[in-house]
Amino acid sequence: MSEDLLNVTNLVKNFDLRVNNGARRKKRIVQAVTNVSFSVGKGQTLGLVGESGSGKTTVGRCILRLIEPTSGTVEFEGQDLGSLKFEELRALRRKMQIVFQDPFASLDPKMTVGSSISEPLIVQNVPGDHADKVIELLELVGLSADHAQRFPHEFSGGQRQRIGVARALALNPALIILDEPVSALDVSIQAGVINLFEDLQSRLGMSYIFIAHDLSVVRHIADRVAVMYLGKIVEIGEQQAVYEHPTHPYTKALLSAVPLPDPKTERSRHRIMLEGDVPSPVNPPSGCRFRTRCWKAQDVCAQEEPMLTVRPSGQMSACHFPES
Amino acid sequence: MTEKVLEIRDLHVTFDTPSGPLEAVRGVDLDVSSGELLGVVGESGSGKSVTFLATMGLLPARARVTGSVILAGEQLIGASAKQLRSVRGRLLSMIFQDPLSALNPVHRIGDQISEMLRSHQNLSARDAEKRAIELLDIVGIPQPGDRARQYPHEFSGGMRQRVVIAIAIANNPKVLIADEPTTALDVTVQAQILEVIERVQERFGTAVVLITHDLGVIARVADRVNVMYAGRNVEQGTIDSLFDHPSHPYTRGLLASLPRPGKQRLKPITGFPPNMLNPPSGCAFHTRCEFAADICKEDLPDLVSFGDLETACVRARELPKSESFS
Repeated sequence: MSEDLLNVTNLVKNFDLRVNNGARRKKRIVQAVTNVSFSVGKGQTLGLVGESGSGKTTVGRCILRLIEPTSGTVEFEGQDLGSLKFEELRALRRKMQIVFQDPFASLDPKMTVGSSISEPLIVQNVPGDHADKVIELLELVGLSADHAQRFPHEFSGGQRQRIGVARALALNPALIILDEPVSALDVSIQAGVINLFEDLQSRLGMSYIFIAHDLSVVRHIADRVAVMYLGKIVEIGEQQAVYEHPTHPYTKALLSAVPLPDPKTERSRHRIMLEGDVPSPVNPPSGCRFRTRCWKAQDVCAQEEPMLTVRPSGQMSACHFPES
Repeated sequence: MTEKVLEIRDLHVTFDTPSGPLEAVRGVDLDVSSGELLGVVGESGSGKSVTFLATMGLLPARARVTGSVILAGEQLIGASAKQLRSVRGRLLSMIFQDPLSALNPVHRIGDQISEMLRSHQNLSARDAEKRAIELLDIVGIPQPGDRARQYPHEFSGGMRQRVVIAIAIANNPKVLIADEPTTALDVTVQAQILEVIERVQERFGTAVVLITHDLGVIARVADRVNVMYAGRNVEQGTIDSLFDHPSHPYTRGLLASLPRPGKQRLKPITGFPPNMLNPPSGCAFHTRCEFAADICKEDLPDLVSFGDLETACVRARELPKSESFS
């Protein structure tokens, strides 16, 4: 097991929600992330999966302190980010970058691609002329030097995502958070961008947190996987263990819901159909948050919150009645 | 069983844009048989949605539509607005990706279903309401009687999509067109909605056209599949033959680019989708095709029978057999 680059411990993020209800003003709290702990090894990829509202994006943003966590600690290379002053945090941010889902919204339409890519270098006061660096970065992500003078609208979605990746790489980060980086791309284009992530990691050795709802993509790219449901990690472990021997009922149901591009497998698969929708994070169920949709739920699931426990196949899951 | 209910022939759709005419659909031929579930797959800009918006007569007036669309014996291209209104909702219904924008926020769910029923059938308000509640039950909405009295904002995304399906099938149409009906939904809810669509198809014998970019969804529910690229239908056949041995290079490329368990390296299709203002000559895929030859730049290939499939590729016969994806 390699050394840890990032340690997240008991991360909590509550958002205040003010509801104007006529004369009465009620304050309610959205529990977006509750007691999330995990670590990411150097050069490793952690996949963070879950459905909408599971808190996976909020976790990513709390790590970068793009939003302030309510409580919990984030340690990067052994340093507690919460204890840093603003300037220190800013200096450390060179080593942590993020790539967003929408390659159309994340680039300034009025800036040339070259100036978008060199902006992080300017912000971080990296001395020198950045033109060579920009060309190097463009070539690294599979674009060419003459693209630097062009504007974002001249590029396709896949190319823009590559530009976003080049910008994230400008400061040689040790960690890149990839937040749904291929969801907006067409299938035939996705594969090239995923290959790019893999190539860059084997050349440059950075770690990824790969946030996605597409479980097939995460299975392909991740070393370890954390499955989130309503703000909590319900299962976490090596990719192979989680996908081949899911022990949390939610993981099992989620995996069985993913349609696979193979008609024979699809016909022969046993599918678990979950009832209903994800409950509101304003008022999550007591005990195990999945119990309202779980076919195994008993009284104890409403009373006692299950703890993450190591299972025989190696991963940890939080369930009173784990699948075996 | 194999009665044709929808027959599209040589459909062309052109939009006038500030940069010149854009031909989004360039000669599509397509049949839908009664009771089948036809998957239509393609990437953004392939013309898959525009083909069926044209079929429904839902394109803006500036779109030029030519060709023939025959639904249960009626020609829909060039039909009057009145004729189209009588067809839509009665013989042909369509549901979309975003169920919230398809529902009226200020009317009760039950009333919106009743409205659809009473606009095509001679029903009393009370009978329509009763039927609306039955329909909500069919699409799997618990406590349909109470839910019928609620408004769209009181429903979750998955429940709203069920309501939209209930409206679409209210008059037992021959064909239900579902345009990316599960794309906005979470995967566990997607599984529920796909099941509702299959249930409706089996129970009422409705032919379903499912437009999607997700080959997994196709593999799960479709009987046959049509692959579209750059406004053309490039390959069609049963899902088993298509996944077993796709013959069009684009279909092969799509299937090879998907992540699968145990696969080491993904194989993307090189290049990117064509600009439809200025599509490549001949076969539009030749700019990205690993098998392209000079002839591909000249001839616009039509669908030709090739084994169990119909494939629009002049080189299909000479190409090495594809790996199997099932």
